[in-house]
Amino acid sequence: MTDILNAFVLLANFVLIPGLAYGSQLALGALGVTMVYSVLRFSNFAHGELMSFGAMFCVLITWGLQSAGISIAPLPTALLALPAAILLTIALALITDKLVFSYYRHQRSETVTYLIVSVGVMFFIGGLIRFIIGPDDRVFADGERFLLKARTFKDATGLSEGLAIKTSQGVTIMLAFMVVAALFWFLNRTKTGKSMRAYSDNEDLALLSGINPERVVMITWMITGALAALAGTLYGLDKSYKPFTYLSLLLPIFASAIVGGVGSPVGAIAGGYVIAFSELLVTFAYKKVISYLTFEQVVPEGLVQLLSTDYKIAVSFVILLIVLLIKPTGLFSGKTI
Amino acid sequence: MNKNVLILVGVAALAGLAYIFVAGEKGGMQTAEGPKIGIILGYTGPIESLTPDMAMGAELAIAEANNSGNFALGEVTSVRADSTCIDSAAATAAAERLVTSDKVNAIMGADCSGVTTAILENVAVPNGVMMVSPSATSPALSTVADNDLFFRTAPSDARQGEVVAEILKDKGYKTAAMTYTNNDYGKGLADSIKSNFEANGGTITISTAHEDGKGDYGAEVAALAQAGGEILIVAGYLDQGGKGIIQASLDADAFNMFYLPDGMIGDALPAAIGAGLNGSIGDVPGTDSPGAAKFAEMATAGGFTAGPFAPESYDGAALILLAMQAANSTDSEVFKSKVMDVANAPGEKIFPGDLGKALKLISEGKDVDYVGASAVELVGAGESAGNYAEIEIKGGKNVTVGYR
Repeated sequence: MTDILNAFVLLANFVLIPGLAYGSQLALGALGVTMVYSVLRFSNFAHGELMSFGAMFCVLITWGLQSAGISIAPLPTALLALPAAILLTIALALITDKLVFSYYRHQRSETVTYLIVSVGVMFFIGGLIRFIIGPDDRVFADGERFLLKARTFKDATGLSEGLAIKTSQGVTIMLAFMVVAALFWFLNRTKTGKSMRAYSDNEDLALLSGINPERVVMITWMITGALAALAGTLYGLDKSYKPFTYLSLLLPIFASAIVGGVGSPVGAIAGGYVIAFSELLVTFAYKKVISYLTFEQVVPEGLVQLLSTDYKIAVSFVILLIVLLIKPTGLFSGKTI
Repeated sequence: MNKNVLILVGVAALAGLAYIFVAGEKGGMQTAEGPKIGIILGYTGPIESLTPDMAMGAELAIAEANNSGNFALGEVTSVRADSTCIDSAAATAAAERLVTSDKVNAIMGADCSGVTTAILENVAVPNGVMMVSPSATSPALSTVADNDLFFRTAPSDARQGEVVAEILKDKGYKTAAMTYTNNDYGKGLADSIKSNFEANGGTITISTAHEDGKGDYGAEVAALAQAGGEILIVAGYLDQGGKGIIQASLDADAFNMFYLPDGMIGDALPAAIGAGLNGSIGDVPGTDSPGAAKFAEMATAGGFTAGPFAPESYDGAALILLAMQAANSTDSEVFKSKVMDVANAPGEKIFPGDLGKALKLISEGKDVDYVGASAVELVGAGESAGNYAEIEIKGGKNVTVGYR
């Protein structure tokens, strides 16, 4: 019995908890990508940098609060800074839309034009971030680091495997759940949300029925900005804030959105967890788990690892390929909200 | 379907563009009569937090030579270029620009082993331009066909592997897990540590690569933890995967002792990780020679810190200038033969701040033995013999506990 518990705790510590947190961060990122895609009809490559931008302001404001001695310990101060960071990110999203994307919208440009434009915006924001905060790693997590320490868990249960839950992981999962619930309520229950879905479903019909397109676009960018700042901050809080990483985060985020079905919010969330868990499960070494569950004699010499962790990023692409070949619209048949 | 494919293509294009993005260049045209030295380092990329101090170190040596008025070949100027540390194509293009457009007489750089090899083979050797790298430590560079144009003030990792194995043996470690950054530096160092550690009777339970530039290293640590070991050797970069691996190990309670080779030693690491790193050990090229302390003072006065490889960068630039003076030429093919003469005995020992004196001695036809900031002693094909400071992390600081 103890062995089974040990095996479970081992998996929970290295796969379940990190997967839930990472999956939530991917899901929030993919939600932003999917919102832009379904309403504005293009793949916004600047989303990663938008996340980074929000996280950057959260870092700066957190530092300000820390030096002013304001804290909400044991929770991280960053949560207090988050609303302001969200507002600033929304402002940036609206400004880029006003200065850049609205021009192409009025031109009724092709999707591919948008895509390239968004790459340009991505480079611009990336440069702006380096200009403001620099390229270095920034640590801004404070408060109590762990909800549950591995050592405490071992002492309390007497098991030989520890289970650690970081505050940032707990906060990530909680906040992601709350935000997703709020977003679904907004899209399905409010008039504005319904008008957004109508616009995304059929633009011309929505215009005929009197929906103001500029307002829909504005609200989309506001939601996207808020989601981006939240996802970026949670990711930075859980790992550490470094501008470089948000560029590479774009790949799993797009994979999540596509696997779930681009344009489908439920799909984006499911996709986030699918990508996160498959990355972790495929590259995990099961030797210890097997040794807990079986007899000494049958435990193999090797690590029992399906794929070396070097290939972690390839996992999302393999899933992406399979989905595109078998069910191109994604798990949740995307396209409209 | 079409749009999805489009996105895929876009994502692929993006990965390519990302490299172009990090390959931006710095520097500009300067006009002067004297020789020009290209300083090519990764101002963007995985070691971007170290390179500003390294460049300042090299520029300090150039300024010192200029201010002394003893340099016979005119006013020395320098121009920076970005090696990116990881992107060989971008580094080659940047070096190409230095040689063809800026017409540099010698190159102080590059930093990381992979790009250094690329620049050496594609630009330096074909154009006959001498290179002195302050930080490329791959063992492969000892035997590369360099036409005698390549020198380094950093030692080969083959030597560091011996030092690591010695330190681990002295501390009583018998088993270790190891992870290395997936490039020439990481692979070379890991192989060297593994063979030396096993020759000393130790066991490496797992030796696996990690990619830099990711935010999350949970999966890598999970694999390492399953293999087990008394200590985790992290042959990576402190700004990058190395730090992520350590943080994730501590968070998951996978390892609590770490061995940190040179790429992992910097003030930023203990500051970022905190108390969890106390008691961990490591090594970094360093020396108790008076030159190091002198250089640290000069660096502070010059407004930068004598961080990792900044002393080697100062020495790299100084060696180029001294060799030019000794050969009385700014042609790499001519002064390359003088590097070993000015770097090694016999002659008067030259420390940082003494460049003016050294230039004067050389012009008088006397021998100099450049010691510099990193106790330079060039061996083999022109690489530093390797002095290492043994580091222990105590109270959140890198403390030097001895020299090897």
